[in-house]
Amino acid sequence: MSQRITRSERAFSSRDPRATNVWGGSQGITSRHLNKVLRRVPVYLTLCLFVVLFAFPFYYLFVLATWPRQLMFTSPPRLWFGPGLAHNIHALFEAIPFHVNFFNSVGISVSAVVTQLFFCTMGGFAFAKYSFKGQNVLFSLILALIAVPPFLNIIPFFQMMSAFGWINTWYPLIVPMMANPFGIFLMTQFLKTSIPPDLMDAGRIDGMSEFGILLRVVFPLAKPAMSVLGIVTFVGTWNNFMGALVFLPNLERTTIPVALARLFHQAHTDYGAVMAGTAVSLLPIMLVFVFFSRRIISDLQAGALRG
Amino acid sequence: MKLYKFHQQRMAPYLFLAPFLILFVVFGLYPIAYSIFMSFFDWRMSGMQEFVGLENYTRLFEIDPFFPRSIYNTVVLLIFGSMLQHVFAIPLAITLNQSWLKGRGFFKAAYFLPYITSAVAITLVFNMVFAHSATGPPTGWINYALENWFNIPRVRWLSYPPAMHATLSIMLNWQFIGWNVVIYLAGLQSIPTQLYEAARIDGASLMQQHLRITLPLLLPVIFFATTLSIIGGMQLFDQPFILFDGYGGRGGAGNAGLTAAYYLMVQAFGGIGRFGRASAIAWTLFVFIILLTVLNKYVNKRLEER
Repeated sequence: MSQRITRSERAFSSRDPRATNVWGGSQGITSRHLNKVLRRVPVYLTLCLFVVLFAFPFYYLFVLATWPRQLMFTSPPRLWFGPGLAHNIHALFEAIPFHVNFFNSVGISVSAVVTQLFFCTMGGFAFAKYSFKGQNVLFSLILALIAVPPFLNIIPFFQMMSAFGWINTWYPLIVPMMANPFGIFLMTQFLKTSIPPDLMDAGRIDGMSEFGILLRVVFPLAKPAMSVLGIVTFVGTWNNFMGALVFLPNLERTTIPVALARLFHQAHTDYGAVMAGTAVSLLPIMLVFVFFSRRIISDLQAGALRG
Repeated sequence: MKLYKFHQQRMAPYLFLAPFLILFVVFGLYPIAYSIFMSFFDWRMSGMQEFVGLENYTRLFEIDPFFPRSIYNTVVLLIFGSMLQHVFAIPLAITLNQSWLKGRGFFKAAYFLPYITSAVAITLVFNMVFAHSATGPPTGWINYALENWFNIPRVRWLSYPPAMHATLSIMLNWQFIGWNVVIYLAGLQSIPTQLYEAARIDGASLMQQHLRITLPLLLPVIFFATTLSIIGGMQLFDQPFILFDGYGGRGGAGNAGLTAAYYLMVQAFGGIGRFGRASAIAWTLFVFIILLTVLNKYVNKRLEER
């Protein structure tokens, strides 16, 4: 398939009159091969220009993280690394309990992923592989709530979390996520087609309980969908700003995004500390992305397409 | 034993669903009802409540000067921040989809990285890139480039209202173009290549091919991607909130950064906690989102019929 496209593309490019016009109408002198290369150069240049545009803010962040605030603002602005990284990291830890915020971010994200995977796979299994009273009504109700935006819930949540005594704890960012309509929808759709009924019956004949089937048959087979749901949830929870802002007002209890925003909003902001903190907070995500970008992109894409 | 197994099999779905259902009722259904209920009351964080009927809604359109302003800001950012992305993303995806291209995975990953970066990190960096000062040489890259490379006078990107919209729009484009490129790439891969061959034989230029084949066949994907953009764009909160000083800043100079969701949060958590009014904003905004999604569907359908 791809070979055929390639051949036709080539045939096309050598016949396209613009190809010769752009490069000076030199078809007589230039060989076919050179012509083709010349046509491709601007395409690669454009794509690379966009890479620079998308990468520059990241690079600039890491550059600024190495300049103390007294030396940060120059004209032309900084473009290369400076001597102040240690100084900035020190200032960061003076200003906010960054390691605690980091721990909170990791703990909340991991807990949200693990609990959501468990409850949504279990619920999705029930929807996909059993029939029971009210199934269709319930499922449509859940579907209808996928579209509910977070800003609609945040005030009632705040009242409820206050009543539960959950403000400044991890629970408000973990527990409501467990019943995520998107999660149960995704798992139901996936399990419907990927668990053969024969396999469940075989398990029953072997004396497995229904819960045993869930643990030993469904969970292993659900891995592709769990990967999708897990990555969608992790990215969403790790970057969640609004929730942490409202439910975790205490600096010692909050996550990285809110701690950094608080630091930034202080009266005499130490930009060096802010940049260093932002850089450190991005580093783990970027490292993971470098190694698993293919998986992450395809999972997030699958999550959006199915939701 | 057999009876027990049968019984277990019948009970299993209820047991598996029970934890999810309890959570769903408490954190899914109840808050929605609660939120509607609150929107009809003068409901404060401190608990003071008084039934006011539809007043929370009517005042948004009759008395409150901030709400129309916030809707205006949101719509401007929706157009230039969320919709403009697609104008960049579709040609980029078409370029990336060419079969001879090498390094597609690298380009995809490079464009995609901003999408999984937190809004806070992005905002803090762009705050530096767009930095401006009234006097002295410019310390932000954008103003430096404008003055020294293009001879254009500096712009107050963070305190001149139209420029504030531009700043936020550029940030949104930067963050989400890569995401849309990935979505469109997936859509492009499902277009049969025979169509292009036929068009080529008929003598259609590359531009004509994309206008007559690619775009029409991509319409369902465009509808999907723009719907996501509308839903996300109408909820815009993190970036303006961080860039323009949070609750106290109220969207910065001229409230140009005050989006509808930002205003909702200011009402709810930025002062005495007007939960009733904030809930009314939330529901009004939700209705706007639904209307825009329906409008998008309608436009898409009309285009498909052509």
